[in-house]
Amino acid sequence: MKDFFTKKKKYATVPSAKARQDVPEGIVRKCPKCKKIMYVKELKKHLFVCQSCGYHYPIGAYERAEMLFDADSYVEFDKNMVSLNPLQFPNYMHKLESDRKKTKLNEAVWTGKGRIEGCECAVAIMDKGFRMGSMGSVVGEKITRMVEYAGKQGIPVIIFSASGGARMQEGVLSLMQMAKTSAALKGFSENGGLYISIMTHPTTGGVSASFASLGDYNLAEPGALIGFAGRRIIEQTIGAELPPDFQTAEFLLKHGQLDQVIPRAELRTVLGQILSIHTEGSAEAWDRN
Amino acid sequence: MGPELEFEKPIHELQGKIAELKQFMDEKGIDLSDELNHLQERLANLEKETYGSMTPWERVGVARKLNRPTTLDYIPLLFTDFLECHGDRLYGDDSAIVGGIAKFHGCPVTVIGEQRGRDTKENIMRNFGSPHPEGYRKALRLMKQADKFHRPIITFIDTKGAFPGQAAEERGQSEAIARNLYEMSWLSVPVICVVIGEGASGGALAIGVGNQILMLENSWYSVISPEGAAALLWKDAGQAEKAAETMKITGSDLKKLGIIDKLIPEVLGGAHNDPKKQAERIDQALVASMEQLGQLSPDQVRQQRLAKYREIGDYDTAQTNQTDLSVFSYSSSSDKQ
Repeated sequence: MKDFFTKKKKYATVPSAKARQDVPEGIVRKCPKCKKIMYVKELKKHLFVCQSCGYHYPIGAYERAEMLFDADSYVEFDKNMVSLNPLQFPNYMHKLESDRKKTKLNEAVWTGKGRIEGCECAVAIMDKGFRMGSMGSVVGEKITRMVEYAGKQGIPVIIFSASGGARMQEGVLSLMQMAKTSAALKGFSENGGLYISIMTHPTTGGVSASFASLGDYNLAEPGALIGFAGRRIIEQTIGAELPPDFQTAEFLLKHGQLDQVIPRAELRTVLGQILSIHTEGSAEAWDRN
Repeated sequence: MGPELEFEKPIHELQGKIAELKQFMDEKGIDLSDELNHLQERLANLEKETYGSMTPWERVGVARKLNRPTTLDYIPLLFTDFLECHGDRLYGDDSAIVGGIAKFHGCPVTVIGEQRGRDTKENIMRNFGSPHPEGYRKALRLMKQADKFHRPIITFIDTKGAFPGQAAEERGQSEAIARNLYEMSWLSVPVICVVIGEGASGGALAIGVGNQILMLENSWYSVISPEGAAALLWKDAGQAEKAAETMKITGSDLKKLGIIDKLIPEVLGGAHNDPKKQAERIDQALVASMEQLGQLSPDQVRQQRLAKYREIGDYDTAQTNQTDLSVFSYSSSSDKQ
């Protein structure tokens, strides 16, 4: 009887070397939610959203920039800014280097400016592929500079958050970036600046507890994990299991923390709508009627 | 008192011996004062040596002593006419943060502090000093009130972190912290923050955006607790001692990093040994800070605070191994090299 079960294994078909070559890595991707396999080409056409279940694949900063801006309208700021390892944290520089190779980014955030539906905006896009999108000195500085630039130019700020929180390896300096970015946004806001925050998967910890939550409009992508503390820590603290939708974008919407949850395919349209209301919808516009 | 700290054991043993000797002398009527003096001298030297060379982890132990003075212990020693003000006007009153109005050397001020318990019962009532969103929103309400009436604000930081709970998340813990950072940066009254015990993460920073940050010698302040850092970095909370070193969390570390303005020395062995004397040292430091900040106009107060946080960060823009492809280049006058 035992043989009956084990026997099969002996005859399990191993794809031939040739067959494996037929499906090179990166041509198809399996949806982590519904397990449906899709061609990457097809996925890309649909902005990396599973057409079967609506799962939003996390995307890199450059991919996001490409799908966000009007064609050929954007430039990058401070591309070469790098961390200096202020705490002399062992192995930190090595880790940064390997993430640089992996993501083609020098840090966990892309900043720049470009046109969205014809409207010039200053934008930050975080990339969770780089040190889990964590915020250290460089992320804080790049975002602050981008916000200051927007203030000087009188253009809106849009930030796509994707972060596990503060960067551990820069200790208290990472913590202080929360204050630095929030202060920059406050100054920008006091001068009448428009800031749209878009929380993508995941937006947690120190990023959630600073600039990500401070938008004039707080939007999120469907299914994004958003919260302050980690799920496991909360479960340990309260000694109970949390509801499955806990800390999802939809959960936050229900609890009054978001204006809207916007599917990726509709984002440009919604941003265009908000931007047009802010450029045209003033008292003077009414007077002209 | 809480459990005895390992590094203090030799001191306590010697203290025990001295007490025994004294008792023996009293009972038997024998004069052994030479011996006693010798032991007391040895104790003084041992204390000086032990407390003069504490490791970061030993300081964490002192910062966590149950009998370490808390916000409510310092308030009557530093202020007069304190009137506690409760509630955030939105949801409830969080007793992990206390706040109110008072006078400091006759000058009206607003006082806000994180408040842990001094025993188990009080700790449960105060949620071990870990605030919920309503605590931060109460603090913000009081800070805005202070701004309106041109009162300086003094805050005391003492928390293991904002509370990681379901209700806290539902009510927007992140937003509450973020909002405080945002609004505190823009206040036009002086804000002086004193780290008196533990200062962990956004939960500490949420009442910590000040013109000057003061710190007691044995307190710690970081992005996360040593245990949390060890768990995240090395998947082992047991390496907290190593994390306490690596993460640079002590007052002297933070002074070197330029994060804090003043390090307030503690009485020998820690603030708990003489809260009154400790309060005098805090008082001196606060008076000096108030005098410095009192010279500034409301706009200068705001600008000084904004400039302070604007400068924090360690980065480099002059990377050589890559070509700068960006069309737009930003002024790099504020770069630290």
